[in-house]
Amino acid sequence: MSTELLTYLFIGVTFTLYIGIAIYSRAGSTGEYYIAGKGVHPIANGMATAADWMSAASFISMAGIISFIGRDGAVYLMGWTGGYVLLAMCLAPYLRKFGKFTVPDFVGERYYSQLARVVAVICVIFISFTYVAGQMRGVGIVFSRYLEVDIVSGVMIGMGIVFFYAVLGGMKGITYTQVAQYCVMIFAFMVPAVYISMMITGNPIPQLGFGSEVTGTGMSVLDKLDGLSAELGFAQYTDGSKSTIDIFFITMALMVGTAGLPHVIVRFFTTPTVRDARKSAGYALLFIAILYTTAPAVASFARINLLNTVSEASYKELPQWFSNWEKSGLIAWVDKNEDGKIQYTGGKSFVGKPSFTDERGESGERLVNNAPTEGANELYVDRDIMVLANPEIAGLPGWVIALIAAGGLAAALSTAAGLLLVISTSISHDLLKRNLAPNISDKQELLAARMAAGVAIVIAGLFGIYPPGFVAQVVAFAFGLAAASFFPAILMGIFYKRMNREGAVSGMITGLVFTFAYIVYFKFVNPADNNPEHWWFGVSPEGIGTLGMLINFAVSFAICHVTAAPPQHIQDLVEEIRVPSSNNAAPVESGQTAQA
Amino acid sequence: MAHSQDQQKTAAAAYWKENIRVLLSLLAIWFAVSFGAGILFVDFLDQFRIGGFPLGFWFAQQGSIYTFVALIYIYIWKMNKLDRKYNVQEGDA
Repeated sequence: MSTELLTYLFIGVTFTLYIGIAIYSRAGSTGEYYIAGKGVHPIANGMATAADWMSAASFISMAGIISFIGRDGAVYLMGWTGGYVLLAMCLAPYLRKFGKFTVPDFVGERYYSQLARVVAVICVIFISFTYVAGQMRGVGIVFSRYLEVDIVSGVMIGMGIVFFYAVLGGMKGITYTQVAQYCVMIFAFMVPAVYISMMITGNPIPQLGFGSEVTGTGMSVLDKLDGLSAELGFAQYTDGSKSTIDIFFITMALMVGTAGLPHVIVRFFTTPTVRDARKSAGYALLFIAILYTTAPAVASFARINLLNTVSEASYKELPQWFSNWEKSGLIAWVDKNEDGKIQYTGGKSFVGKPSFTDERGESGERLVNNAPTEGANELYVDRDIMVLANPEIAGLPGWVIALIAAGGLAAALSTAAGLLLVISTSISHDLLKRNLAPNISDKQELLAARMAAGVAIVIAGLFGIYPPGFVAQVVAFAFGLAAASFFPAILMGIFYKRMNREGAVSGMITGLVFTFAYIVYFKFVNPADNNPEHWWFGVSPEGIGTLGMLINFAVSFAICHVTAAPPQHIQDLVEEIRVPSSNNAAPVESGQTAQA
Repeated sequence: MAHSQDQQKTAAAAYWKENIRVLLSLLAIWFAVSFGAGILFVDFLDQFRIGGFPLGFWFAQQGSIYTFVALIYIYIWKMNKLDRKYNVQEGDA
């Protein structure tokens, strides 16, 4: 069968599976719609959390980014996993004990303030939309590259599927679909990784192959890569180029931001008990770690393959994949010295992203309008290609390539669905039920949630079709804002009984405004100054959420100490969420038998 | 009645104190492995090797993630023990 037919087959089968699961597990009440009736087993919840969390960015882009930046790629690897340690120990069990539906629910009740709730709702919506736009775009890209469907139809198909199972199934439908999507995604990621690890090192486990010798050379993978890089004029793969302080701040912002992302937190509201919430976090990180420890291995293998294949190769003799990806605009070559061979070295080949003309050059390559740079490098390679084209570069069979398409879609759809649910919940529950229209019935609230989900999907789809140019720029927002607002507010809500409404609200607002302003200034107002010389303390906009968080803490403490302590019933609430169960008999004296 | 309530309060406070101790010791490891070995001391550690990896690089791209997973499981185990010690575990129902 041809690769294209296989791709249709895989996507068809997985989509049918998702829809089947959604029909089987549709939601009947708001409890089921918001938190799946608190009946999700920890293993299922762990898989759903992993799928919810690992987006198109984790699946498609991360290994590619690491492949190009080497050691500095660790900010994503540590940042997007380390947050789960904070989540498991500092937030999840207590929020589960609190036992409500949403993150604004907690913020609003703990700080006995509608203002706090509204600030939280606005953050939730902003963070989630920022994130979801990228997912819909990812769906469109996968469709257009593998099936030659245009991006608009691709996004529409993706919207249709998500609409079906998010609107119908709510959290319950999404959870079980995400379990299936996790399985599809991890299988699709691991199969080519194992193949390539075998090819390059002879070791089938990528994590071990990463530290082994390249077959037939007697050199380890990383030494080989450092050698190739030095030979071709790239920076050393195992060295970093960002400053230590920036790496520190970015990693912290990603970790804390991860722990503060509403669509991740809300997953821990769905387990039956506090004990299960802790267990879920363990499973979630375990399932995430499988992909996250494989990704850097894939990054290094793909890099070796790419350098070996294209460097000094004659354009006419390159394998088919090169012209395929050139056709889709992810590769571009400018024959600066007109020798018909590809010189690939450090530095940019030309200014900006490729803009192709309709003409072909001497060797048959697609010509670009971009002004070439002074440097010797002739090749432009989009980072996403390292995962998407990796199986082709390695010469793997067609079904592995088809698998990547199904996996990329699973990653994008599962994350999009989780985000859309959070958006719809915060509108129907936090804005309507808890604020504007407290008298609506459960049925009406459910209907409102479904309508909100529908509207949110349409808006997300529009973002996917007409991507605002700033989508890539604003991902820093999602993590920075979550780090500067939710994480400190929730953490202090649990661990600091004295924290009151005045402190928390002013802390959240200062943290938010500061982080927002810093990012907007360097990304939009004055992008020319976006470099270490002008950054405060050398911290880039990606890492500024950490400073925002510290400011939040400082302001909260200062204000809380000059204002009244929170009322007694709030202090009792804090006492209560700190213990898993307070209904048990008094502690037994030694010698007596315990009764559970 | 007041007496037993007081007792319950003291027990809850003791439970919380032990909880914090578990938390802080595990978070200290979390910080040491990621921000310590993976970031602050990465260049120093790179002079040692583990298999084909420079040690600092290994911590940054592999070791820290393994440690995170282990930390959460240790936490689950410790907390379940603590819950039983103070009889605040949830029923199976």
